[in-house]
Amino acid sequence: MKRELIKFMLFALCVLVAPLFFSGSYLMNVLVFVGIHTLLAVALNLLLGYAGQISLGHAAFFGLGAYGSGILTTTFSWNPWLAMVTVAVIVATMAFAIGFPILKLKGHYLAMATLGLGIIIFIVFNEWVDVTGGPSGFPGIPNLELGTLVFDSDLKNYYLVWSFVLGCVLLSVNLANSRIGRAFRAIHDAETAARVMGVNARLLKVQVFALSAMICAIAGSLYAHVMTFIAPPSFGFNISVELLTMVVIGGLGSIYGSFLGALLLTMLPEFLRFMHDYDIVFYGGLLMVMTIFMPGGLVRGIPELFRKLAGLKKGKGDAHA
Amino acid sequence: MLELKGITQIFGGVTALKDVSFSVNQGEITGVIGPNGAGKTTLFNIATGIYSQTSGQVIFEGRDISGLPAERLARLGMVRTFQNIELFGKMTVLENVMVGLHSRSSSGLFACSFKMPWAVREEQRIRDEAHQWLQFVGIDDLAQLEANNLPFGRGRLLEIARAMACNPRMILMDEPAAGLNSQETLGLAELIRRIRDRGITVVLVEHDMELVMDICDRIVVLNLGQKLTEGTPREIQDNPEVIAAYLGDDD
Repeated sequence: MKRELIKFMLFALCVLVAPLFFSGSYLMNVLVFVGIHTLLAVALNLLLGYAGQISLGHAAFFGLGAYGSGILTTTFSWNPWLAMVTVAVIVATMAFAIGFPILKLKGHYLAMATLGLGIIIFIVFNEWVDVTGGPSGFPGIPNLELGTLVFDSDLKNYYLVWSFVLGCVLLSVNLANSRIGRAFRAIHDAETAARVMGVNARLLKVQVFALSAMICAIAGSLYAHVMTFIAPPSFGFNISVELLTMVVIGGLGSIYGSFLGALLLTMLPEFLRFMHDYDIVFYGGLLMVMTIFMPGGLVRGIPELFRKLAGLKKGKGDAHA
Repeated sequence: MLELKGITQIFGGVTALKDVSFSVNQGEITGVIGPNGAGKTTLFNIATGIYSQTSGQVIFEGRDISGLPAERLARLGMVRTFQNIELFGKMTVLENVMVGLHSRSSSGLFACSFKMPWAVREEQRIRDEAHQWLQFVGIDDLAQLEANNLPFGRGRLLEIARAMACNPRMILMDEPAAGLNSQETLGLAELIRRIRDRGITVVLVEHDMELVMDICDRIVVLNLGQKLTEGTPREIQDNPEVIAAYLGDDD
């Protein structure tokens, strides 16, 4: 328990001081998106890494959050904070209701069902032009405000988004180390045995699905207010797949792993810019290499790598002696 | 305590169990034996809510539990272990037992996320009690090991510790001695007696005749999906029908 607290404090410290190094550069803007992606990846990891239930439609909940907040604040002039909370509750309720039938499915069938869900919601964003603005997007969403503080710069947005990330990470780590988190992992490892131990697998799966959707919706609301403009492609199937990649590359069943996955997959395209059109080849290749050599994800692979390097160095030293 | 009434189970066109009835007395160790394919495991899966039977009733402590899902039975005081040990492989030995305490704790999703004081207290209670059950089966020294890395015999003990953590009134064990060496089987027999001595009713399906004859108070014999007979170990040993079922009939 103490160790968890120290890990979190270190993480929070890094988040706090990062702007000292990047302030003013365009990387500040990228870090805002790393934050939003971390929220999404943590949300999906709770579902996939802990409870072992796949979703290929998580971008839809992200989109519902973004469009919900955008429409309520712009078309209906709601207070943005009130809109964020309302949308989060509505999306969670919706996911709860959808969760009961679709989480009866397992494995590939669940993947198909969530994929379908994602596509249906994407079509709504795209086609319901009167409300969502359709393919040309939804402009003019106001920035969030707190008293006289308006979140209108990259630096301010950074602290806004990352305070949500810190809150989300802390609560998720707590949850993961509790009786509920254990029940999730038990369902993942051996569902029948978990049920025999009195774990209500069906209800817990639906609960984690709703919780995960709610976190995505909050991330969506933040995204809408940070960007002030949203369009359907940000919430399509490829985004769902990218989230899945972040979770797997970062490390299934590790909250901090999701952060690492989000960090790598959001930053990497920025660093590969110099390769022009070949960046996607390198990107794909790197992902393949990583999944082959770090099957446990970055969070387990990196310490392993360091141990091996240390061992190698020591081995060499012995040879010289 | 547990009463099975006219249990019939048909899978496709195959009748796995046909009109099986017997009852289990409180505080006793009851053995269910029979040659391979007699329907023992099917019967277990029905009694513990994994399958629902084609017809018949399961009465537990005077209550019809037919068709209740497995997770409800744990709360009513009935728990089981599996023939092919079903551990939560990627969790530690201690955490496995802590899951056993799930039905006896109640902090919800939000209380756990926000670490409410009562959730923290409950977590401590769960941890302490889990250690006690590991001590009960004698593997507390392995508490922090990942369950996948346990040797088979220890895995079996862990499964029993986890089941005991549910605070059951009845525990059903599906071939607890399968895969154990003779030393481990002796330890198991002693452990099962200690469980019975705590007032917990034990039902076991078992192939190891020596173990069954040694520890069971009563034995039910199944053959080809039907109940052949039941009685004390001595009665069963001397029963010509049972001998015929196991060794084959001479005519």
